[in-house]
Amino acid sequence: MAEFTLPKNSKIKPGKHFAAKGAKKPRTFRVYRWSPDDGENPRIDTYEVDMAACGPMVLDALLKIKNEIDPTLTLRRSCREGICGSCAMNIDGTNTLACTCAIDSVASGDVKIYPLPHMPVVKDLVPDLSHFYAQFASIKPWLRTQSTTPDRERLQSPEERKKLDGLYECILCACCSTSCPSYWWNGEKYLGPAILLQAYRWIVDTRDEATGERLDDLEDPFKLYRCHTIMNCTRTCPKGLNPAKAIAEIKQLMLERRGA
Amino acid sequence: MTAKDLRHPIKVARGLGSSRSGVGHWWMQRVTAAALIVLAVWFVLTVLGLLHADYATARATVAQPWNALLLITFVLTLFWHAALGLQVVVEDYVHTHGRAVCLLVAIRFLAVLGALASVLAVLRIALTH
Repeated sequence: MAEFTLPKNSKIKPGKHFAAKGAKKPRTFRVYRWSPDDGENPRIDTYEVDMAACGPMVLDALLKIKNEIDPTLTLRRSCREGICGSCAMNIDGTNTLACTCAIDSVASGDVKIYPLPHMPVVKDLVPDLSHFYAQFASIKPWLRTQSTTPDRERLQSPEERKKLDGLYECILCACCSTSCPSYWWNGEKYLGPAILLQAYRWIVDTRDEATGERLDDLEDPFKLYRCHTIMNCTRTCPKGLNPAKAIAEIKQLMLERRGA
Repeated sequence: MTAKDLRHPIKVARGLGSSRSGVGHWWMQRVTAAALIVLAVWFVLTVLGLLHADYATARATVAQPWNALLLITFVLTLFWHAALGLQVVVEDYVHTHGRAVCLLVAIRFLAVLGALASVLAVLRIALTH
C-alpha cells in the first residue's frame, strides 16, 4: 500500500540551535538535516541569520549559513538566477528554487526548508534525482527524424516555433514532479509532470517525425494516465509553466489518433 | 530505490515498457461521467416525483417503457463508471501486485453482478406489469 507515515528511522527529531549574537534583524531558518554517515535520524537545525547582512533570497541565507555559521550544511546550487534548477527545495511548504525565492515572500515566522518531497535523500537538502533523470532519458529527448538529413537546418515557421513556448523554458528542477501525489505513490512507473511536459515538447515540435512512436511509448495506465489533474505541478512551477496543460494535450492527441 | 538496488536507473525507468493501452479506459471514464450527469438528474427528478407515492404507483412508474429504459441505462452506466473509478483507486494505492490483481478482479465481478441484478429487477417490473 501507499506509505502515509514515515518509517521509524526517517522520523524527524529536533536538532541544534545556532543563535545569532548581536544581530540587527534576525530571522530564523529551520533546515532539514540528515547525513548517511552517522546513523542518526533526520533532524531540524535552527539558524538565526542577521538579515541586515544577508542577500534577499533564500539561497543567500543558506550560503551565509554554510559560509559563516555551519559549514556542514549540504545543498546544491549553481547559477543563482533560476536557470540551472540545482537549488530546487521545499521552502515554506512549497517546492521552488532557493535562488529566486525572496526571504520576504515567506510569511512572518520561521523559514522552513526541506529537500524536495518523497525522494531519497543523499544528504541534507540534496535529493537523489537519478530515477528522475533516467525517466527523462527514457522519453528520448532529442529530435528524431526519418527523412534524409537536409543540407541545412530543418525549418520551422514563427507560428510553429511558438508551440514550444511554455515548454522549452523547463529547467528540469523537479519541483513539479516531486509536488505530485501521483508521482509520490507511483513514481517508479509514472513519468510525472516534468518528464511528460518534456515529452510533449518533442511531440509538438513540427520538425520531429517520431510523434506516433512517442505517443506509443506514453500510452500506458502508469506512464501517462496516473495524472489525475491534481494541478500541484502548475501551482508550484518556479518558472510559471503549465505541465498539467501539456499532459492534457498529450491525452487529447491519444484520443485524436484512435478516433474517440 | 535503495542503495542496495544494483540495477542501472535507466533499467528501472524503462521498466516493462509501455502497455499501449489506457486511452480507452480514460475516455470511457469521461463518457460515462458525462452520461451520468444527465441520467442522474433524470433519476433524482423521477425519485422526487415518487415522494409520498404508494407502492403500486412507484411500480407503475418504473414499468413505463421510457422510465425502464432510462433506469437500465442509468444503472449500467453507474456500475461501469464505478468499476473504472475503483480500478484507478486500486492502481494508485495498492502496490502489492497480487493483491491489486485480486481487487481488480473482485471489483469487476461485483460491478457485473450489481449491474445484472439491477437490470433484472427493472425488467421483472417492466415485463410483468
